[in-house]
Amino acid sequence: MGEMIVVQDLVKNYGEFCAVNHISFTVPEGKIFGFLGPNGAGKTTTIKMLTTVLDPTGGSIRINGHDPTREQKQVRRSFGIVFQDPSLDDELTAQENMDLHGVLYGVPRVERHKRIDALVDLVGLGERKKDLVKQYSGGMKRRLEVARALLHKPRILFLDEPTIGLDPQTRNHIWGYIQQLSKEEGVTVFFTTHYMDEADRVANDVAVIDHGKIVAQSSPGELKERTKCATLEDAFIALTGHAIREEEANATDRMRMMGRAWRGGGRR
Amino acid sequence: MKAIYILCVRQLKRYVRSPARIIGSLGQPILFLVALGFGFRSMFAKAGGGSYINFLSPGIISMAILFNAVFSGIEIIWDRQFGFLKETLVAPVSRIEIVFGRMLGGALVAMAQGIVVLVICVIAGFRIEKTAVLPLAIVFMFLIALLFAGIGTVFGSVLQDMQGFPLIINFLIMPIFFFSGAIFSADGLPKALQLGLRLNPLSYGVDGLRGACSSVFAYGLATDLIVVTILTAFLLGIGSYFFSRIQL
Repeated sequence: MGEMIVVQDLVKNYGEFCAVNHISFTVPEGKIFGFLGPNGAGKTTTIKMLTTVLDPTGGSIRINGHDPTREQKQVRRSFGIVFQDPSLDDELTAQENMDLHGVLYGVPRVERHKRIDALVDLVGLGERKKDLVKQYSGGMKRRLEVARALLHKPRILFLDEPTIGLDPQTRNHIWGYIQQLSKEEGVTVFFTTHYMDEADRVANDVAVIDHGKIVAQSSPGELKERTKCATLEDAFIALTGHAIREEEANATDRMRMMGRAWRGGGRR
Repeated sequence: MKAIYILCVRQLKRYVRSPARIIGSLGQPILFLVALGFGFRSMFAKAGGGSYINFLSPGIISMAILFNAVFSGIEIIWDRQFGFLKETLVAPVSRIEIVFGRMLGGALVAMAQGIVVLVICVIAGFRIEKTAVLPLAIVFMFLIALLFAGIGTVFGSVLQDMQGFPLIINFLIMPIFFFSGAIFSADGLPKALQLGLRLNPLSYGVDGLRGACSSVFAYGLATDLIVVTILTAFLLGIGSYFFSRIQL
Protein backbone atom coordinates (compact mmCIF):
# COMPACT_ATOMS: atom_id res chain seq x y z
CA MET A 1 0.00 0.00 0.00
CA GLY A 2 1.46 3.33 -1.08
CA GLU A 3 0.81 6.87 -0.01
CA MET A 4 -2.15 8.33 -1.89
CA ILE A 5 -1.79 11.92 -0.71
CA VAL A 6 1.58 13.40 0.22
CA VAL A 7 1.71 17.04 1.27
CA GLN A 8 5.00 18.68 2.21
CA ASP A 9 5.47 22.16 3.55
CA LEU A 10 2.39 23.48 1.76
CA VAL A 11 1.84 27.25 1.88
CA LYS A 12 -0.88 29.53 0.52
CA ASN A 13 -0.71 33.28 0.98
CA TYR A 14 -3.37 35.79 -0.03
CA GLY A 15 -1.34 38.98 -0.05
CA GLU A 16 -0.15 39.46 3.52
CA PHE A 17 -2.56 36.88 4.87
CA CYS A 18 -1.32 33.33 5.27
CA ALA A 19 -4.27 30.93 4.83
CA VAL A 20 -2.19 27.74 4.89
CA ASN A 21 1.09 27.89 6.77
CA HIS A 22 3.66 25.15 6.07
CA ILE A 23 1.53 22.07 6.56
CA SER A 24 2.65 18.50 5.90
CA PHE A 25 0.77 15.22 6.09
CA THR A 26 0.36 11.92 4.27
CA VAL A 27 -2.66 9.74 3.69
CA PRO A 28 -2.00 6.03 2.94
CA GLU A 29 -4.06 4.25 0.30
CA GLY A 30 -7.42 2.96 1.50
CA LYS A 31 -7.49 5.05 4.66
CA ILE A 32 -10.15 7.51 5.79
CA PHE A 33 -8.54 10.79 6.79
CA GLY A 34 -10.41 13.52 8.67
CA PHE A 35 -9.22 17.09 8.25
CA LEU A 36 -10.63 19.07 11.15
CA GLY A 37 -10.51 22.71 12.09
CA PRO A 38 -12.61 25.73 13.06
CA ASN A 39 -14.13 28.04 10.46
CA GLY A 40 -11.51 29.85 8.42
CA ALA A 41 -8.70 27.51 9.53
CA GLY A 42 -7.62 26.71 5.98
CA LYS A 43 -9.44 23.43 5.28
CA THR A 44 -11.18 24.41 2.06
CA THR A 45 -8.12 26.28 0.80
CA THR A 46 -6.10 23.10 1.28
CA ILE A 47 -8.68 21.00 -0.56
CA LYS A 48 -8.68 23.49 -3.43
CA MET A 49 -4.92 23.12 -3.78
CA LEU A 50 -5.07 19.33 -3.58
CA THR A 51 -7.72 19.27 -6.31
CA THR A 52 -5.91 21.48 -8.88
CA VAL A 53 -8.20 24.51 -8.75
CA LEU A 54 -5.88 26.74 -6.73
CA ASP A 55 -2.12 27.12 -7.13
CA PRO A 56 -0.09 26.87 -3.89
CA THR A 57 2.34 29.62 -2.92
CA GLY A 58 4.91 27.04 -1.88
CA GLY A 59 5.51 23.42 -0.92
CA SER A 60 4.75 20.23 -2.79
CA ILE A 61 1.74 17.95 -3.26
CA ARG A 62 1.51 14.42 -4.67
CA ILE A 63 -1.92 13.00 -5.44
CA ASN A 64 -1.74 9.37 -6.53
CA GLY A 65 1.88 10.09 -7.39
CA HIS A 66 1.14 13.17 -9.52
CA ASP A 67 1.70 16.88 -9.02
CA PRO A 68 -1.57 18.92 -9.15
CA THR A 69 0.18 22.00 -10.53
CA ARG A 70 1.80 20.17 -13.45
CA GLU A 71 0.03 16.87 -14.11
CA GLN A 72 -3.49 18.19 -13.73
CA LYS A 73 -5.20 15.63 -15.91
CA GLN A 74 -3.74 12.62 -14.10
CA VAL A 75 -4.57 14.17 -10.74
CA ARG A 76 -8.11 15.06 -11.80
CA ARG A 77 -8.70 11.55 -13.07
CA SER A 78 -7.63 10.15 -9.70
CA PHE A 79 -10.19 11.81 -7.50
CA GLY A 80 -13.90 12.46 -7.07
CA ILE A 81 -15.06 15.39 -4.99
CA VAL A 82 -18.09 16.57 -3.08
CA PHE A 83 -17.69 20.30 -2.58
CA GLN A 84 -18.74 22.28 0.46
CA ASP A 85 -21.41 24.12 -1.52
CA PRO A 86 -23.62 22.63 -4.19
CA SER A 87 -22.13 22.13 -7.65
CA LEU A 88 -25.01 20.65 -9.64
CA ASP A 89 -26.74 22.21 -12.61
CA ASP A 90 -30.24 22.88 -11.27
CA GLU A 91 -31.75 23.16 -14.73
CA LEU A 92 -30.76 19.60 -15.65
CA THR A 93 -32.20 16.35 -14.35
CA ALA A 94 -30.27 14.14 -11.96
CA GLN A 95 -29.59 11.73 -14.78
CA GLU A 96 -28.34 14.50 -17.06
CA ASN A 97 -26.04 15.80 -14.34
CA MET A 98 -24.62 12.32 -13.93
CA ASP A 99 -24.32 11.79 -17.66
CA LEU A 100 -22.51 15.08 -18.16
CA HIS A 101 -20.04 14.07 -15.46
CA GLY A 102 -19.53 10.67 -17.07
CA VAL A 103 -18.81 12.22 -20.46
CA LEU A 104 -16.37 14.75 -18.97
CA TYR A 105 -14.53 11.88 -17.27
CA GLY A 106 -14.53 9.74 -20.39
CA VAL A 107 -16.63 6.87 -19.01
CA PRO A 108 -17.76 4.81 -22.04
CA ARG A 109 -21.47 5.04 -22.82
CA VAL A 110 -22.67 1.54 -21.91
CA GLU A 111 -20.74 1.44 -18.65
CA ARG A 112 -21.81 5.00 -17.93
CA HIS A 113 -25.51 4.22 -18.17
CA LYS A 114 -25.12 1.09 -16.09
CA ARG A 115 -23.19 2.84 -13.35
CA ILE A 116 -25.52 5.85 -13.30
CA ASP A 117 -28.51 3.58 -12.74
CA ALA A 118 -26.71 1.65 -10.01
CA LEU A 119 -25.44 4.76 -8.23
CA VAL A 120 -28.70 6.74 -8.23
CA ASP A 121 -30.41 3.65 -6.84
CA LEU A 122 -27.73 3.36 -4.20
CA VAL A 123 -28.34 6.88 -2.91
CA GLY A 124 -32.08 6.32 -3.08
CA LEU A 125 -32.85 8.61 -6.00
CA GLY A 126 -33.71 5.98 -8.61
CA GLU A 127 -37.37 6.97 -8.71
CA ARG A 128 -36.61 10.67 -9.16
CA LYS A 129 -33.67 10.54 -11.55
CA LYS A 130 -35.66 12.14 -14.36
CA ASP A 131 -36.64 15.14 -12.22
CA LEU A 132 -34.92 18.49 -12.55
CA VAL A 133 -32.42 18.98 -9.75
CA LYS A 134 -34.04 22.29 -8.79
CA GLN A 135 -36.95 20.26 -7.48
CA TYR A 136 -34.67 18.35 -5.11
CA SER A 137 -34.26 19.02 -1.39
CA GLY A 138 -30.84 19.85 0.05
CA GLY A 139 -30.34 16.29 1.25
CA MET A 140 -31.23 14.81 -2.12
CA LYS A 141 -28.79 17.12 -3.88
CA ARG A 142 -26.07 16.06 -1.49
CA ARG A 143 -26.76 12.39 -2.13
CA LEU A 144 -26.69 12.99 -5.85
CA GLU A 145 -23.33 14.74 -5.53
CA VAL A 146 -21.90 11.78 -3.65
CA ALA A 147 -23.18 9.44 -6.35
CA ARG A 148 -21.74 11.67 -9.04
CA ALA A 149 -18.32 11.81 -7.37
CA LEU A 150 -18.15 8.01 -7.52
CA LEU A 151 -19.23 7.62 -11.14
CA HIS A 152 -15.74 7.46 -12.65
CA LYS A 153 -14.41 5.07 -9.96
CA PRO A 154 -11.93 7.49 -8.38
CA ARG A 155 -9.00 6.25 -6.26
CA ILE A 156 -9.44 9.16 -3.88
CA LEU A 157 -12.63 10.77 -2.64
CA PHE A 158 -12.52 14.35 -1.34
CA LEU A 159 -15.48 15.31 0.81
CA ASP A 160 -15.65 18.92 2.02
CA GLU A 161 -18.26 18.92 4.80
CA PRO A 162 -20.34 16.35 2.94
CA THR A 163 -22.99 15.86 5.60
CA ILE A 164 -23.74 19.49 6.40
CA GLY A 165 -27.48 20.06 6.69
CA LEU A 166 -28.34 16.37 6.42
CA ASP A 167 -30.56 14.41 8.80
CA PRO A 168 -28.99 11.59 10.88
CA GLN A 169 -30.53 8.92 8.62
CA THR A 170 -28.93 10.31 5.49
CA ARG A 171 -25.62 10.95 7.25
CA ASN A 172 -25.47 7.37 8.47
CA HIS A 173 -26.44 6.05 5.09
CA ILE A 174 -23.76 8.04 3.28
CA TRP A 175 -21.00 7.26 5.76
CA GLY A 176 -21.95 3.61 5.80
CA TYR A 177 -21.49 3.47 2.07
CA ILE A 178 -18.24 5.40 2.10
CA GLN A 179 -16.76 3.12 4.76
CA GLN A 180 -17.76 0.11 2.75
CA LEU A 181 -16.19 1.60 -0.35
CA SER A 182 -12.96 2.27 1.50
CA LYS A 183 -12.86 -1.23 2.93
CA GLU A 184 -13.88 -3.20 -0.16
CA GLU A 185 -12.39 -1.18 -2.98
CA GLY A 186 -9.52 0.50 -1.19
CA VAL A 187 -10.73 4.02 -2.00
CA THR A 188 -8.84 6.65 -0.04
CA VAL A 189 -11.11 9.21 1.62
CA PHE A 190 -10.13 12.74 2.63
CA PHE A 191 -12.90 14.65 4.38
CA THR A 192 -13.56 17.74 6.45
CA THR A 193 -16.39 18.07 8.94
CA HIS A 194 -17.57 20.04 11.94
CA TYR A 195 -19.27 16.97 13.42
CA MET A 196 -16.62 15.53 15.72
CA ASP A 197 -18.64 12.42 16.54
CA GLU A 198 -18.67 11.67 12.82
CA ALA A 199 -14.91 12.05 12.55
CA ASP A 200 -14.43 9.91 15.65
CA ARG A 201 -16.54 7.14 14.19
CA VAL A 202 -15.25 6.92 10.63
CA ALA A 203 -11.72 8.36 10.45
CA ASN A 204 -8.62 6.18 10.73
CA ASP A 205 -6.56 9.31 11.22
CA VAL A 206 -7.32 12.95 11.79
CA ALA A 207 -5.33 16.17 11.49
CA VAL A 208 -6.43 19.30 13.32
CA ILE A 209 -5.67 22.56 11.53
CA ASP A 210 -5.97 25.99 13.12
CA HIS A 211 -4.84 29.38 11.80
CA GLY A 212 -3.39 27.59 8.79
CA LYS A 213 -1.17 25.28 10.85
CA ILE A 214 -1.58 21.64 11.77
CA VAL A 215 -1.72 21.49 15.58
CA ALA A 216 -2.25 17.74 15.99
CA GLN A 217 -2.21 14.64 13.84
CA SER A 218 -2.97 11.07 14.94
CA SER A 219 -5.80 8.56 15.25
CA PRO A 220 -8.90 9.90 17.04
CA GLY A 221 -8.19 7.52 19.96
CA GLU A 222 -4.64 8.78 20.45
CA LEU A 223 -5.83 12.36 20.26
CA LYS A 224 -8.36 11.79 23.03
CA GLU A 225 -5.73 10.02 25.11
CA ARG A 226 -3.16 12.74 24.66
CA THR A 227 -5.54 15.55 25.58
CA LYS A 228 -7.13 13.41 28.34
CA CYS A 229 -10.58 14.07 26.89
CA ALA A 230 -13.53 11.72 26.73
CA THR A 231 -14.75 12.79 23.30
CA LEU A 232 -13.09 14.03 20.14
CA GLU A 233 -15.12 17.22 20.44
CA ASP A 234 -13.53 18.00 23.82
CA ALA A 235 -10.12 17.13 22.43
CA PHE A 236 -10.77 19.45 19.49
CA ILE A 237 -11.70 22.32 21.78
CA ALA A 238 -8.72 21.61 24.02
CA LEU A 239 -6.50 21.95 20.97
CA THR A 240 -8.12 24.93 19.27
CA GLY A 241 -9.51 26.94 22.20
CA HIS A 242 -12.96 28.26 23.02
CA ALA A 243 -12.87 31.45 20.98
CA ILE A 244 -15.64 31.57 18.43
CA ARG A 245 -14.22 32.09 14.96
CA GLU A 246 -17.15 33.59 13.15
CA GLU A 247 -15.82 37.15 13.40
CA GLU A 248 -12.37 36.12 12.45
CA ALA A 249 -13.57 34.03 9.57
CA ASN A 250 -15.50 36.97 8.23
CA ALA A 251 -12.49 39.19 8.51
CA THR A 252 -10.54 36.52 6.71
CA ASP A 253 -13.11 36.43 3.96
CA ARG A 254 -12.94 40.18 3.66
CA MET A 255 -9.19 40.02 3.42
CA ARG A 256 -9.42 37.35 0.77
CA MET A 257 -11.88 39.47 -1.16
CA MET A 258 -9.59 42.47 -0.92
CA GLY A 259 -6.71 40.31 -1.94
CA ARG A 260 -8.64 39.21 -4.98
CA ALA A 261 -9.60 42.77 -5.86
CA TRP A 262 -5.99 43.91 -5.60
CA ARG A 263 -4.62 41.12 -7.69
CA GLY A 264 -7.06 41.60 -10.51
CA GLY A 265 -9.86 39.22 -9.66
CA GLY A 266 -8.18 36.34 -7.89
CA ARG A 267 -6.40 34.82 -10.83
CA ARG A 268 -2.71 33.97 -10.81
CA MET B 1 -14.38 16.79 -28.40
CA LYS B 2 -17.03 14.95 -26.42
CA ALA B 3 -16.64 17.49 -23.63
CA ILE B 4 -17.27 20.36 -26.05
CA TYR B 5 -20.34 18.57 -27.35
CA ILE B 6 -21.87 17.78 -23.95
CA LEU B 7 -21.30 21.31 -22.63
CA CYS B 8 -22.91 22.68 -25.77
CA VAL B 9 -25.88 20.38 -25.31
CA ARG B 10 -26.17 21.53 -21.71
CA GLN B 11 -26.58 25.14 -22.78
CA LEU B 12 -29.10 24.31 -25.48
CA LYS B 13 -31.15 22.30 -22.98
CA ARG B 14 -31.10 25.16 -20.51
CA TYR B 15 -32.25 27.52 -23.26
CA VAL B 16 -35.12 25.34 -24.44
CA ARG B 17 -36.22 24.75 -20.84
CA SER B 18 -36.62 28.38 -19.90
CA PRO B 19 -39.38 29.90 -22.04
CA ALA B 20 -39.38 32.88 -19.66
CA ARG B 21 -35.87 33.72 -20.76
CA ILE B 22 -36.66 33.22 -24.46
CA ILE B 23 -39.66 35.52 -24.30
CA GLY B 24 -37.99 37.93 -21.89
CA SER B 25 -35.04 38.57 -24.14
CA LEU B 26 -37.34 39.13 -27.13
CA GLY B 27 -38.82 42.20 -25.38
CA GLN B 28 -35.98 44.54 -26.11
CA PRO B 29 -35.54 43.78 -29.84
CA ILE B 30 -39.29 43.93 -30.44
CA LEU B 31 -39.46 47.27 -28.65
CA PHE B 32 -36.67 48.68 -30.81
CA LEU B 33 -38.14 47.19 -33.96
CA VAL B 34 -41.60 48.65 -33.37
CA ALA B 35 -40.60 52.00 -31.85
CA LEU B 36 -37.81 52.81 -34.30
CA GLY B 37 -39.03 50.81 -37.27
CA PHE B 38 -42.46 52.37 -37.39
CA GLY B 39 -41.45 55.67 -35.77
CA PHE B 40 -38.82 56.57 -38.34
CA ARG B 41 -40.34 54.77 -41.30
CA SER B 42 -41.81 57.78 -43.10
CA MET B 43 -38.87 60.04 -42.27
CA PHE B 44 -36.42 57.46 -43.67
CA ALA B 45 -38.49 57.03 -46.83
CA LYS B 46 -38.82 60.81 -47.35
CA ALA B 47 -35.07 61.18 -47.08
CA GLY B 48 -34.77 58.69 -49.91
CA GLY B 49 -33.50 55.77 -47.85
CA GLY B 50 -36.14 53.30 -48.99
CA SER B 51 -37.71 50.80 -46.58
CA TYR B 52 -36.52 51.47 -43.04
CA ILE B 53 -37.72 48.08 -41.79
CA ASN B 54 -35.47 46.45 -44.38
CA PHE B 55 -32.58 48.61 -43.20
CA LEU B 56 -33.29 48.19 -39.50
CA SER B 57 -34.09 44.47 -39.26
CA PRO B 58 -30.51 43.16 -39.69
CA GLY B 59 -29.50 45.61 -36.95
CA ILE B 60 -32.21 44.36 -34.60
CA ILE B 61 -31.29 40.73 -35.30
CA SER B 62 -27.65 41.60 -34.55
CA MET B 63 -28.77 43.27 -31.35
CA ALA B 64 -30.58 40.17 -30.14
CA ILE B 65 -27.51 38.06 -30.92
CA LEU B 66 -25.16 40.58 -29.30
CA PHE B 67 -27.02 40.67 -25.99
CA ASN B 68 -27.63 36.94 -25.78
CA ALA B 69 -24.07 36.06 -26.68
CA VAL B 70 -22.52 38.46 -24.15
CA PHE B 71 -24.96 37.19 -21.58
CA SER B 72 -23.99 33.58 -22.22
CA GLY B 73 -20.38 34.43 -21.40
CA ILE B 74 -21.36 36.31 -18.28
CA GLU B 75 -23.25 33.22 -17.17
CA ILE B 76 -19.85 31.95 -16.01
CA ILE B 77 -20.39 34.19 -12.97
CA TRP B 78 -23.70 32.46 -12.30
CA ASP B 79 -22.12 29.06 -12.64
CA ARG B 80 -19.41 30.19 -10.29
CA GLN B 81 -21.95 31.37 -7.71
CA PHE B 82 -24.22 28.38 -8.06
CA GLY B 83 -21.27 26.04 -8.04
CA PHE B 84 -21.50 24.22 -11.36
CA LEU B 85 -18.29 25.84 -12.62
CA LYS B 86 -16.27 23.85 -10.06
CA GLU B 87 -17.62 20.59 -11.39
CA THR B 88 -16.21 21.39 -14.83
CA LEU B 89 -12.93 22.80 -13.52
CA VAL B 90 -11.96 19.63 -11.62
CA ALA B 91 -12.84 17.36 -14.56
CA PRO B 92 -9.93 15.78 -16.48
CA VAL B 93 -10.64 17.94 -19.51
CA SER B 94 -8.54 20.85 -20.71
CA ARG B 95 -9.85 24.32 -19.94
CA ILE B 96 -9.74 25.05 -23.66
CA GLU B 97 -12.30 22.32 -24.34
CA ILE B 98 -14.53 23.56 -21.53
CA VAL B 99 -14.44 27.16 -22.65
CA PHE B 100 -14.98 26.21 -26.31
CA GLY B 101 -17.98 24.13 -25.32
CA ARG B 102 -19.35 27.06 -23.39
CA MET B 103 -18.71 29.63 -26.12
CA LEU B 104 -20.09 27.41 -28.86
CA GLY B 105 -23.19 26.59 -26.79
CA GLY B 106 -23.67 30.26 -25.97
CA ALA B 107 -23.26 31.22 -29.61
CA LEU B 108 -25.81 28.63 -30.75
CA VAL B 109 -28.31 29.86 -28.17
CA ALA B 110 -27.74 33.48 -29.25
CA MET B 111 -28.19 32.45 -32.87
CA ALA B 112 -31.40 30.61 -32.11
CA GLN B 113 -32.64 33.78 -30.49
CA GLY B 114 -31.50 35.76 -33.55
CA ILE B 115 -33.51 33.48 -35.81
CA VAL B 116 -36.62 33.99 -33.68
CA VAL B 117 -36.12 37.76 -34.05
CA LEU B 118 -35.60 37.31 -37.80
CA VAL B 119 -39.00 35.66 -38.02
CA ILE B 120 -40.56 38.50 -36.04
CA CYS B 121 -38.91 41.03 -38.37
CA VAL B 122 -40.36 39.24 -41.38
CA ILE B 123 -43.79 39.44 -39.76
CA ALA B 124 -43.21 43.17 -39.26
CA GLY B 125 -42.52 43.60 -42.97
CA PHE B 126 -38.84 42.73 -43.43
CA ARG B 127 -38.13 41.37 -46.92
CA ILE B 128 -35.02 39.41 -47.89
CA GLU B 129 -34.08 40.07 -51.53
CA LYS B 130 -32.86 36.62 -52.50
CA THR B 131 -33.51 33.59 -50.35
CA ALA B 132 -30.40 32.05 -51.92
CA VAL B 133 -28.23 34.30 -49.74
CA LEU B 134 -29.82 33.09 -46.52
CA PRO B 135 -26.87 30.76 -45.77
CA LEU B 136 -24.55 33.78 -45.93
CA ALA B 137 -26.81 35.60 -43.47
CA ILE B 138 -26.62 32.59 -41.16
CA VAL B 139 -22.82 32.62 -41.39
CA PHE B 140 -22.71 36.25 -40.29
CA MET B 141 -25.18 35.63 -37.49
CA PHE B 142 -23.03 32.76 -36.23
CA LEU B 143 -19.82 34.81 -36.42
CA ILE B 144 -21.41 37.71 -34.51
CA ALA B 145 -22.64 35.24 -31.90
CA LEU B 146 -19.21 33.63 -31.47
CA LEU B 147 -17.41 36.95 -31.36
CA PHE B 148 -19.56 38.30 -28.55
CA ALA B 149 -19.67 35.00 -26.69
CA GLY B 150 -15.88 35.44 -26.59
CA ILE B 151 -16.19 38.98 -25.18
CA GLY B 152 -18.76 37.80 -22.64
CA THR B 153 -16.42 34.99 -21.62
CA VAL B 154 -13.64 37.47 -20.89
CA PHE B 155 -15.92 39.39 -18.52
CA GLY B 156 -17.43 36.26 -17.03
CA SER B 157 -13.93 34.97 -16.25
CA VAL B 158 -12.57 38.19 -14.79
CA LEU B 159 -15.53 39.40 -12.73
CA GLN B 160 -16.25 37.76 -9.38
CA ASP B 161 -19.86 38.86 -9.02
CA MET B 162 -22.70 40.51 -10.92
CA GLN B 163 -22.05 44.02 -9.61
CA GLY B 164 -20.04 44.98 -12.66
CA PHE B 165 -22.76 43.77 -15.01
CA PRO B 166 -24.66 47.07 -15.49
CA LEU B 167 -21.32 48.74 -16.14
CA ILE B 168 -20.59 46.39 -19.01
CA ILE B 169 -24.08 46.67 -20.47
CA ASN B 170 -24.28 50.47 -20.28
CA PHE B 171 -20.72 51.41 -21.11
CA LEU B 172 -19.75 48.69 -23.55
CA ILE B 173 -22.61 46.70 -25.01
CA MET B 174 -25.09 49.54 -25.50
CA PRO B 175 -22.50 51.79 -27.23
CA ILE B 176 -21.40 48.83 -29.37
CA PHE B 177 -25.00 48.39 -30.45
CA PHE B 178 -25.83 52.07 -31.04
CA PHE B 179 -22.63 52.85 -32.93
CA SER B 180 -22.60 49.82 -35.17
CA GLY B 181 -24.76 51.13 -37.96
CA ALA B 182 -27.57 48.92 -36.69
CA ILE B 183 -30.11 51.76 -36.60
CA PHE B 184 -28.52 54.38 -38.85
CA SER B 185 -25.92 54.35 -41.59
CA ALA B 186 -22.49 55.92 -41.35
CA ASP B 187 -23.20 58.36 -44.22
CA GLY B 188 -23.31 61.98 -43.12
CA LEU B 189 -22.11 61.30 -39.58
CA PRO B 190 -19.43 63.53 -38.01
CA LYS B 191 -15.92 62.25 -38.76
CA ALA B 192 -15.27 61.13 -35.17
CA LEU B 193 -18.41 59.02 -35.09
CA GLN B 194 -17.62 57.54 -38.48
CA LEU B 195 -14.27 56.47 -37.10
CA GLY B 196 -16.03 55.00 -34.07
CA LEU B 197 -18.24 52.94 -36.35
CA ARG B 198 -15.20 51.83 -38.31
CA LEU B 199 -13.52 50.57 -35.13
CA ASN B 200 -16.60 48.76 -33.83
CA PRO B 201 -16.48 45.02 -34.53
CA LEU B 202 -20.26 44.80 -34.67
CA SER B 203 -20.34 47.29 -37.58
CA TYR B 204 -18.88 44.65 -39.87
CA GLY B 205 -21.25 41.99 -38.60
CA VAL B 206 -24.29 44.22 -39.10
CA ASP B 207 -23.07 45.28 -42.55
CA GLY B 208 -22.40 41.69 -43.53
CA LEU B 209 -25.83 40.57 -42.38
CA ARG B 210 -27.53 43.54 -44.04
CA GLY B 211 -25.56 43.00 -47.23
CA ALA B 212 -26.46 39.32 -47.26
CA CYS B 213 -30.15 40.23 -47.02
CA SER B 214 -30.15 43.20 -49.44
CA SER B 215 -26.97 42.63 -51.52
CA VAL B 216 -25.82 46.17 -50.65
CA PHE B 217 -22.66 46.22 -48.53
CA ALA B 218 -21.22 49.42 -47.07
CA TYR B 219 -17.77 47.95 -46.48
CA GLY B 220 -17.89 45.10 -48.98
CA LEU B 221 -18.55 41.39 -48.42
CA ALA B 222 -14.88 40.41 -48.35
CA THR B 223 -13.95 43.11 -45.82
CA ASP B 224 -16.88 42.19 -43.57
CA LEU B 225 -16.13 38.50 -43.70
CA ILE B 226 -12.40 38.86 -43.13
CA VAL B 227 -12.69 41.40 -40.31
CA VAL B 228 -15.39 39.47 -38.45
CA THR B 229 -13.63 36.12 -38.88
CA ILE B 230 -10.28 37.44 -37.65
CA LEU B 231 -11.86 39.25 -34.70
CA THR B 232 -13.88 36.18 -33.79
CA ALA B 233 -10.79 33.97 -33.81
CA PHE B 234 -8.94 36.58 -31.77
CA LEU B 235 -11.69 36.88 -29.15
CA LEU B 236 -12.15 33.15 -28.85
CA GLY B 237 -8.45 33.06 -28.04
CA ILE B 238 -8.66 35.87 -25.49
CA GLY B 239 -11.78 34.37 -23.91
CA SER B 240 -10.04 31.00 -23.60
CA TYR B 241 -6.98 32.61 -22.09
CA PHE B 242 -8.92 34.39 -19.34
CA PHE B 243 -11.08 31.36 -18.66
CA SER B 244 -8.06 29.09 -18.34
CA ARG B 245 -6.67 31.37 -15.65
CA ILE B 246 -9.71 31.08 -13.38
CA GLN B 247 -8.87 29.86 -9.89
CA LEU B 248 -11.43 29.12 -7.23
